[in-house]
Amino acid sequence: MCPPDHFRIQYEINPWMDRTHPVSHTRAAQQWNDLRALLEKLGAQVSTLDPVEELPDLVFTANAGMVFQNRVVMAHFRHAERQGEVAHTTAWFEGQGWQIETLPEGCYFEGAGDALFCGDTLFAGYRLRSDVGGLQDLGQMLGVRVIPLELVDPYFYHIDTCFCPLDEKTALYYPEALDDYGRRVMEELVGDLIAVTEEEARRLCCNAVVVGRDVVMNGASPRLVEALRARNFQTHATPLDEFLKAGGSAKCLTLRLDGEEAASWKRSE
Amino acid sequence: MSSAASEPSKSLPFVEEVEVSGHIIDSLLLPKILDAVTGGGGAFRIKQINVGQGRHEPSYAVIDVMAESEDALADLLGQISDHGAAPTHAQDCRREEADLDGAFPEGFYSTTNQKTEVRVDGKWIEVREQEMDCGIVVEGEGAAAVPRCVPMLNVKQGMSIVIGHAGVRVIPHQRDHEGQVFEFMNSNVSTEKPKGAAVREIAHEMYRNRKEGGKTLIVGGPAIVHTGSGHHLCGLIEQGYVDLLFAGNALATHDIEQSLFGTSLGVHVDRGHLAEAGHEHHLRAINRMRRVGGIAEAVRSGVLTSGIMHACVKNDVDFLLAGSIRDDGPLPEVITDAVAAQEQMRAKVRDVDFCLMIATTLHSVAVGNLLPAWVKVVCVDINPSTVIKLSDRGSFQTIGLVTDVEPFLRVLVQELESLEAAGAD
Repeated sequence: MCPPDHFRIQYEINPWMDRTHPVSHTRAAQQWNDLRALLEKLGAQVSTLDPVEELPDLVFTANAGMVFQNRVVMAHFRHAERQGEVAHTTAWFEGQGWQIETLPEGCYFEGAGDALFCGDTLFAGYRLRSDVGGLQDLGQMLGVRVIPLELVDPYFYHIDTCFCPLDEKTALYYPEALDDYGRRVMEELVGDLIAVTEEEARRLCCNAVVVGRDVVMNGASPRLVEALRARNFQTHATPLDEFLKAGGSAKCLTLRLDGEEAASWKRSE
Repeated sequence: MSSAASEPSKSLPFVEEVEVSGHIIDSLLLPKILDAVTGGGGAFRIKQINVGQGRHEPSYAVIDVMAESEDALADLLGQISDHGAAPTHAQDCRREEADLDGAFPEGFYSTTNQKTEVRVDGKWIEVREQEMDCGIVVEGEGAAAVPRCVPMLNVKQGMSIVIGHAGVRVIPHQRDHEGQVFEFMNSNVSTEKPKGAAVREIAHEMYRNRKEGGKTLIVGGPAIVHTGSGHHLCGLIEQGYVDLLFAGNALATHDIEQSLFGTSLGVHVDRGHLAEAGHEHHLRAINRMRRVGGIAEAVRSGVLTSGIMHACVKNDVDFLLAGSIRDDGPLPEVITDAVAAQEQMRAKVRDVDFCLMIATTLHSVAVGNLLPAWVKVVCVDINPSTVIKLSDRGSFQTIGLVTDVEPFLRVLVQELESLEAAGAD
């Protein structure tokens, strides 16, 4: 995670961002600290990246890269506003002894924000941020099946805003963020799909952090809590509305370094 | 991997080849791309599709996208490029370093026998040493880049190997710029077609090739000797119609057997009946060659005084004998290492302009695989399956004749004689 010391709405690169609706620093810091405390209480160990003044979105570490075993595939941001983050995140990973991978020049890839394992398949979002060629290269590089899914709603610009694998066979998703092809693929490949409503999706419920059977998100409807409980998941709501102003929530604020719960490689190591 | 092709729903005048790879079946990207094309008023033709067999093996498709107008095509290409369909001709070829000796990187471009060009730094460069079922290695960079075909076995770690179809284009051989010769023929094989006209055309071709200093290769099987046609081939060699002979142990052995004992496989070639202890003749012939140290030495020392091999040595016609597992002996000149034989054949066929294959399946197919599509090939065999195998190389430059060897060679020699008598151009 990266503390939100410099988090603010400095530019507008998605429909959530509006410079006339500034962030409350105090509230943002409180919400971030609460999220961190909750994750630690659930058993997570949190490492932090130093914030950088001119990089307000560095706080969304999910986009730094995508972790696969001891390798991290670094992001290549579509928007110039975020491209400066890569040098800092790369330096951090290098310092921690990770094997750094990069995709070929000319393709955009926005890290774990657009590439989530569910089982042994990597579900990847394209068109709005990452592009499909980069995702195919990623699959080839890692030797895994990549399923590129076109994101059709600009509010759900990364796949982690509309899809959240909970375990190898279960996931939350917002069907309207995908086209017919994407929905068919999702229904075919994910055993148990829990569709969220538009209201839940707008609260970025799919942008959740999963720790074991605990699911952390920015507020959840009783319906969703019950749907998760029926599958033996416990929901933990923690307010993150200051970050929603920039289009991010719990998942965006974290990067799971030891592999997401739903990734089968995590268990086969 | 499996391969399939679909017929176009319709044919439209503006065409661009695109490729798409990845888990394009599971992710429905391929149907999505095809739907986008037809939904946008275009049409498509799937030229190649390799479907990944394992869960982690990607698939790959090459598709012709067609549209009514250039603008419509550009629109379609723009739409489908967002889904990963990239024009193969608008980009440089992709390359990957070979990570092993003797094997290509996965996804290597597999060559055809057609003229091929690859794009390096925006420039199209012709691939050298064109051969089917190889990969393409690019040596040097930029303007100095030289692409050439490389067989799998010759791959060395670190070679820059072309991957995928992007930046690779195949230029099919054009029928018309080769003039009229061979024009009336096609590669349909039939035992019912008139042979006379075909043999006349072949004679014309050999005559012209000799006149223009072209190189003619004969690939021959032992039936040339068994059928008593050895002397026809000797005549062709002596008249300068043959520059190179490829055969196996058998042709040379029975030719030498006939020269030394008058028999082929123990049968008197002139009288057609078995010689006493004739079955031993071919082995005695081989033994004699091995004792004197080879065919050339046998000719020099006067042990071998007639026949095809004798004519080759006397007329400085280069020959290559490739061995096989059933060979007796073999003769000292026979190359018993199949890979070494293939490598030498590959080097020798580089400047061949015309190839006549007579009565051998093994050697004909081997040579057919090495020759680029623009080399004219005539395959003569009594067995239609050999001729069909060669014709299936997919070049109209390959002509098959289903006929017995002896009448073919006899008529060929006659036709050449009349051309010479007429001093034909």
